[in-house]
Amino acid sequence: MATPSIRFFNFAAPSRFYALAGWLTPWLWAIAALLAGTGLYIGFFVAPTDATQGDAYRIIFIHVPAAWMSMVLYLVMAGWAAVGWAFNARLASMVARALAPTGAMFTFIALWTGAFWGKPTWGAWWVWDARLTSELILLFLYLGYMALVTAIDDTRRADQAGALVAVVGAVNVPIIYFSVKWWNTLHQGASISMNAAPKMASTMLTAMLLMTFAFWAYAFAVVFTRTRAIVLERERDAAWVGELTRPVARVAA
Amino acid sequence: MSRAFKAVITRDLRLAARRRVEALLPLAFFGVAASLFPLGVGPEPQTLRIIAPGVLWVCALLSTMLSVTQLYAGDHADGSLEQMLLSGEAGLLIALAKALAHWLVTGLPLVLIAPLFGLMFDMSVAGIAMLTLTLLLGTPILSLLAGLGAALTLGLRSSAVLLILLVLPLCIPALIFGAGGVVAVESGLSARGHLSLLGALLIFTVLLAPPATAAALSIATE
Repeated sequence: MATPSIRFFNFAAPSRFYALAGWLTPWLWAIAALLAGTGLYIGFFVAPTDATQGDAYRIIFIHVPAAWMSMVLYLVMAGWAAVGWAFNARLASMVARALAPTGAMFTFIALWTGAFWGKPTWGAWWVWDARLTSELILLFLYLGYMALVTAIDDTRRADQAGALVAVVGAVNVPIIYFSVKWWNTLHQGASISMNAAPKMASTMLTAMLLMTFAFWAYAFAVVFTRTRAIVLERERDAAWVGELTRPVARVAA
Repeated sequence: MSRAFKAVITRDLRLAARRRVEALLPLAFFGVAASLFPLGVGPEPQTLRIIAPGVLWVCALLSTMLSVTQLYAGDHADGSLEQMLLSGEAGLLIALAKALAHWLVTGLPLVLIAPLFGLMFDMSVAGIAMLTLTLLLGTPILSLLAGLGAALTLGLRSSAVLLILLVLPLCIPALIFGAGGVVAVESGLSARGHLSLLGALLIFTVLLAPPATAAALSIATE
């Protein structure tokens, strides 16, 4: 090859991914901490108080990014699981499995913070409106995926069956997003729309976007760490894992 | 219609006919579960009328999920499932036939007995008719989705609970439109929108669930 270029498929080899992810993880943690610190500072101290909802609205800076992440991560998980199934790519299946707990955690945070927001604004911790309910269903989908892949002992079958479940469930994610239009309920409309000027103050938007990027960095860091653990577990018989663990074993002995 | 399709259905129906009590268990579950609600909620006809569509639909849903764990398990245990899949017939045809047989054995009796429980919950005649109609459209959806769950959890520990966790979220649209249609009729509105959406869901499920079930079966028996 005349011009050196990065070949991304190189990193599909678990050993190369392990090294790259190990190098990236500390940086991702640093970025996540920095962005979250700035975002929370702007959100809690700089952004103006809302005219109608008072200070209670400030949970939005955690609630909305978490809700976004919960939906995006499900699609990402289903996508990697499908790639792993269709092309028999081991690493893709491992990433899919590593994504599920983080996605479930963001779903739970979105529901929890939603309850904190709902109490002062609607006067109820929980209302059975379409968005809340479909977010709850999303949590069930994550739990179903995790329960299924852990119930199957054979890794190959677990990955494939999990991929099928994730893809079938992915049909549900668009329904969540468009449910606001499907059912007419008391949940407020989408916070940011692509084709209309943002209605919120620009500092609020800045804080929310910073928090979103912080959550992204956090998700990458955690998923990389978890994938590395899965790689070690599944490749424990490979020579490179043996070399990696031998010095530690000697010290312990 | 292919011969294999008919053969699978007749075989399952014959098996059900030979084990009549076993085949009627889901129906008994439906009856017992639905009867618990008046005992728990109270006997006021006004309350019962309000909760009836949802209660009867949820009981039908749970009854379908509980009865489906044996759909593939028996055939898997004695090896006949592998023979069916190796026979060269399309897996989705077998999955469709199994789901149809399951619906004929458990779904159809539920549809037929539902009016009786409608009367016990003091529903109006129009409400009972709509309940029967929505169950007629909705129970095939439940059987198809339950078949997918049964194929996914084939041979696993605690497969029954796992199946419920996997499939119930997917059944929620059918529940919403099915029970919602009855509620609409009971409150004097038209249920045409609900029926259309339920019909659309049925078509969607008939098209997508059998291929997914076939894929799940080939994963499970690989």
